Amino acid sequence: MAKEKLIIIGSGPAGLTAALYAARAELQPILFEGQQAGGQLTMTTEVENFPGFPSGILGTDLMSLFKKQAERFGTRVMSETVVDVDFSVPIFSVKTDKETYQAETVLIATGASAMWLGIPGEQEYQGRGVSACATCDGFFFRGKEIVVSGGGDAAMEEALFLSRFVDKITVVVRRDELRASKIMQERVKKNSKVSFLWNTEIREVLGDGQKLTSLRLWNNKTEEESIFLTNGLFVAIGHKPNTSLFEKWIALDEKGYIRCEEGSTRTNIEGIFAAGDVADHVYRQAITAAGTGCMAAIDIERWLGSR
Amino acid sequence: MSELTLTTDNFDFHVLQADRPVLVDFWAPWCGPCKMMGPIVEALAHEMENVVIGKVNVDDAPEIAQRYNILSIPTFIIFKGGQVIDQFSGSMTKETLRVRLEHHVK
Repeated sequence: MAKEKLIIIGSGPAGLTAALYAARAELQPILFEGQQAGGQLTMTTEVENFPGFPSGILGTDLMSLFKKQAERFGTRVMSETVVDVDFSVPIFSVKTDKETYQAETVLIATGASAMWLGIPGEQEYQGRGVSACATCDGFFFRGKEIVVSGGGDAAMEEALFLSRFVDKITVVVRRDELRASKIMQERVKKNSKVSFLWNTEIREVLGDGQKLTSLRLWNNKTEEESIFLTNGLFVAIGHKPNTSLFEKWIALDEKGYIRCEEGSTRTNIEGIFAAGDVADHVYRQAITAAGTGCMAAIDIERWLGSR
Repeated sequence: MSELTLTTDNFDFHVLQADRPVLVDFWAPWCGPCKMMGPIVEALAHEMENVVIGKVNVDDAPEIAQRYNILSIPTFIIFKGGQVIDQFSGSMTKETLRVRLEHHVK
């Protein structure tokens, strides 16, 4: 089996920036894209805050450019998903849905994924009324009534975006207030299509076998249960880092993110590095992910050089 | 074989009357995950024999999307003998899609 210098897991801004730097440093990196090539930015529309694009750029277009630039210097980008890793001994093993690879260093840049409610019916009706991507699916709910679950900025953004298409939006919030920033709260509260259900939890997604038709709700103050008729449910309750493959090996912080040495991208295992949202619950921006991806490539190059 | 562009005019002929299994990719140009899946689906169309692969732009053919209750994209439907035998949504790798498809081709 060929021994790689560097395997990069993840194809968002962190992974592809690390790939660009590592390829230019002649480490011939191999990068596994995973199930969501391009990462979280592919679920958005216009990215307005990435420097260098003064009139904005589509998330997918930005990620295509990242990939092109990484490939220009020899990165091998593979449409494969990592299903297991073995970090027990140096010369680490990374198993994908196709093959097993070995490398001297591994960069974990698997990012974070949208969380689901984990209630009955939610999975069954995914793509049939349940969605975590307003920009992908909002179009299909033109003239309909939908529910948004969540009280943070992400939920407010989803609601505002969806208000372009749908007739009525009910935001279901577990607490009696929003976690979202003041500016987002004001924007949403001004929108005449949006109303709120406070102290309310969604307990079950109900449907007719073909598509979602209603939700079973529970008021955690009055302890009353009700059935709420709706056409769609958009879940926006936050993100969780994609660490399940690594938990066994890598030290995580109390929030479940990968813990790196202060000011570096080194993890608790020599030769394993982490960058981007998987190791950052504070900033979570495309530009900061790209920044730590660059740091990781430099850390890795020096680490390999020092041995 | 190259990927077919399916429209309301040719959908029944290419999909429902096909003598082989058909994978249909429902997509739109404004959908990020769809755009990432585009080249993957196209590559599979070239690599896989015994299966027809086509795409429906839901902007151009909303009636087809409606007929199959599409509420999310990308959605993939596998047809056999004119019947829906599998339907799934969201982005995935080429390997995942290939395995899912091969399962129905054999």
